[in-house]
Order: sequence, then C-alpha cells, then structure tokens
Amino acid sequence: MKKLLAQAGWPLAVLAAVLTAWHLGCRWFAIPAYVLPPPGAVARVVIERHDNLLGAFRITALEAGGGYLLSIVAGVLIAMFFARSPLVRRSLYPYTILLQTVPIVAIAPLILMWFGSGLRSVMLVAFVICLFPIIANTTQGLISVPRNLIDLFAMSNASRWSQLVKLRLPHALPSLFVGLRISAGISVIGAVTGELFASSNAVGEGGLGYSITYANSQLQTDYLFALVLTASLLGFLFFFTVSALEWLCLHHWHESAMRTDAD
Amino acid sequence: MNPAGPADRPQPPYIVVDGATKRWSNGVTVLDGIGLQVGRGEFLSLIGPSGCGKSTLLRLLAGLSPLSSGTVRLDGMAPEAAREIMSFIFQDATLLPWRTVRSNVELGLELAGNTTAGQRREAAEAMLRLVGLSDVAGLYPRQLSGGMRMRVSIARALATRPGILLMDEPFGALDEMTRDLLNEELLRLRENDRFTTFFVTHSVAEAVFLSTRIVVLRAKPGRIACEIPVPFGFPRRAELRSAPEYLRLVGEVGAALRSVQQPSTTPHAP
Repeated sequence: MKKLLAQAGWPLAVLAAVLTAWHLGCRWFAIPAYVLPPPGAVARVVIERHDNLLGAFRITALEAGGGYLLSIVAGVLIAMFFARSPLVRRSLYPYTILLQTVPIVAIAPLILMWFGSGLRSVMLVAFVICLFPIIANTTQGLISVPRNLIDLFAMSNASRWSQLVKLRLPHALPSLFVGLRISAGISVIGAVTGELFASSNAVGEGGLGYSITYANSQLQTDYLFALVLTASLLGFLFFFTVSALEWLCLHHWHESAMRTDAD
Repeated sequence: MNPAGPADRPQPPYIVVDGATKRWSNGVTVLDGIGLQVGRGEFLSLIGPSGCGKSTLLRLLAGLSPLSSGTVRLDGMAPEAAREIMSFIFQDATLLPWRTVRSNVELGLELAGNTTAGQRREAAEAMLRLVGLSDVAGLYPRQLSGGMRMRVSIARALATRPGILLMDEPFGALDEMTRDLLNEELLRLRENDRFTTFFVTHSVAEAVFLSTRIVVLRAKPGRIACEIPVPFGFPRRAELRSAPEYLRLVGEVGAALRSVQQPSTTPHAP
C-alpha cells in the first residue's frame, strides 16, 4: 500500500499541478468557455450528463471491443496460416502491411459506404485497424521457436498438431500479448473514427465519436472535453484488462511479465 | 569393462554406422565415410576440433539430418524409426519455460502418447528423485540454476527409458565443478539403466572419465582419426580423477587431439 502510494504520488502531483494551471489560466486570460472550458465546468458536465456519457461509452465499448475480439480471432488464425510456410508468408505478408499503412480515416468512409452506417460497420473499422499488430506479432512468435525445441519435438515424433499446441502457441503467447496491448488502445481510435463518419447518417443513439462531432458543432466544448476523457478512459480500461490478463498468463515463466517496475 | 551378454553367444553390434557421409548443399563434405560399431551399453565419446562434424554425426544418428550416403542402423532400425528408443540431450537444457519442472520431465512420455496422466506423473517424480530435484518439481525453469536445468533435461530424456542416449556437449556451458558433479551423476544414472550413449564433448578429461571408448575425429573432411578404448571399470568415482592411469590417458587423448589439429604431424595410433 505504501509502495502504491509512492508510485501514484508523483503522477497525482502532476495532475494537480496541471488542473491548477488550467483553472488559473482560464481565469487570468479570460478565455471564453467555448474555446477552453475550466476544469470545474468539465467536471460539472460529467456529473450532469453522466447518462449520455455512459450511453455513448457503452456503444463505443461494444464497437471497439467487438472489433478487437474479432481481430484477435482472425489475427491468430491468419498468423497460424502464415507460420506454416515461408512461401505463404513471403507472398501474403506485404499485403497485410497495407492494413497498417493505409490511413484509417480514408478507409472508414469506404467501409461505412459499403456496409451501411450501423454499429457493425463501425466494429469493422475497429477490426481493420486492430488486425495488423496481432498478425505481425503472433506470426513472429510462432516462427521464432528455437531450433533445438523443434528438434526435441521431432525426436518424440510429435505430430504437427501437438507441435502447434504444445510448442508454437505457448511460445508465441508473449508476442501475442505485445500485439494485444498495441491493438487494445487503437481499437478505441478505430471505433471513434468510424463513428465520426457514421454521424452523417444521424444514428439516433450515437457513441463517443458521434457525440464528439455533435458537441463540436454545438460549441458545447465542456461536453466535448468530457467525451474525450471518456474515450481515453475506455482505451485505458482495455489496456489495463489486457495487461492484467498478460500478467495472469505469463508471470510464472516469462520475464516480460516478471518486471514489477516499468522502467 | 561392461557386463557383456551371454558369453557363449556374441551379440551383434547395437549400432552400426557404415560409410556415413554428409555433404552440405554447397558441396562441402562435413563427414566422409564414417564407420563405427557400438555394442549395447557402451559409452562412446566423440571428440575433435571444431568443424570435424561430431555434432552433425549425432544429428545423423537421430535422423534430424539426412545422410548423403552410407547407412546408419540402430538396433536394426533406420534413425527415424529408432526414435522411440532414443533420447537427445542438447547443448542447452531446452526446457519449455511455461511448464513446471515436473511437467517438463513428463513431456517425452506425453508426446509418445501411450501413458495415462497418473503414470506420467509417477514416472516424472521417480526420475526427479533420481536426479535429486524432487524439491523443485513445482518450480519453473527460470527459477533454477544452469546445472539444475541440465539435470531436468537429463531427467526428461531418461523418463522414456531410452536404449540410446545422444548428448551434444550437454555440459559445455557449465562451470567446472558443476560439470564434474553432473559427470558423476550421469554415470550413476547409467548404473541403473545401461543406456548406450553417444557423447559429444570438447573436454578430454570429461571424455576419459565417462567413456568406454573415445573416438577422435579430424576435420575437413570429418573422418575418424583414431579410437581409444578406456579400460577403467565401473562404477567410477570422483577419486578416479586423481589416479595416475587416468591422468596418463588424459595426456594420451590430449596428444591425439593435438595431432589432428596440426595436419603436418602424423595421427596418433592408440
């Protein structure tokens, strides 16, 4: 508990300093609230409109989470396929890089045009943006099994299946988690970006992205701030969940999860 | 030197290597016409300069690398077919870091697939008792020292009760004291089971202490330079290391090794 307090102490002090500077800055320079609302106003709107925030949070969480889970299943399957042969890898891997290099803001309107502007399309945008880190990291983990371990399994006449299940997949787990952590954060970015474009069709109940465009057009800057904070909270929650899961799965045996200190 | 079979009927050699040749795809000949006959229960050490193909020979025996020409028969079987009676111990312990020590020892039996979970556990625990690691059965490999990890690796290899044990410089990475201890332990384990052993090493002292016969290889291409029998009986104890006949033989094998490293001098005849 003492250690936790010592660890949380400095970040909390920074937070307090930033909030104070923000508050005083707004007053001294008489910044209009629609440009930069003071922290108190943001706090007030969080309390007043918590129903709306929670509703938007739920929708975006569903979209981001759905796309994320889908990308894990698809990404691991694709990585398993890639790991089977260098030829497959060489032929197909360059195209998966496209997933990473094409900007999501360019793809999102296309996806929404093709599949309609519902929740499922937004999920698809999140899916697309999450896929590459999972494929890349899992493939790397699956193919980097030490030669001696492969030989050990060969000496036991192990089948391809048991080599996959008992050797390659567990060996790839730490790499998979690297991908999972990257994708956890960007899944929310994907979902919010998707909603920005879905808003043109004015879905009755919108997620965080939709509400952000709405708040922006209405100059409700304090609400906009509250929405942005909620979106980062969502990303943080995903990230935290994955990190906890990673610790549970790896802390017995893998050094990446053994470190207690982040530096 | 070994408890032989029935004296009236000589046993056929357990392992026969005949004209074993290995060429890489770039035309380099690593091993050239290796011929060996090994009796059941022998402990054969392969020693030679780096690049003489001693590890490659081990991989040929294991069927991990195909022969370019020649034949290998282990208890009458081709290498791939003989894997059921073989275990391989690598330079590093090659443990699965996500499995506990006990579960690592069970792996060979598990992959062989004709035992129940209870039988595997029992066999693993018996093996761990033999190598003195019962206390750490529930730990993970990263919690063990290098010497303990190698012991686990040996326990895993022996848990399947192999007739043939192939060891590729297993103790090379350990400090000398640990190495000596593990040498003694290996001989002790051999008292129970009498597995036939191929042992690749760089250490002359280790080869003399463990073996019934030492095969010295020369490099480029890898050929057998000479074979030196080790006449000491079993069981061997640590005291052997200070016996004059042991030290004399170490000197002799060392000289043989030096002679193959300098192509100008004639090879040593045993």
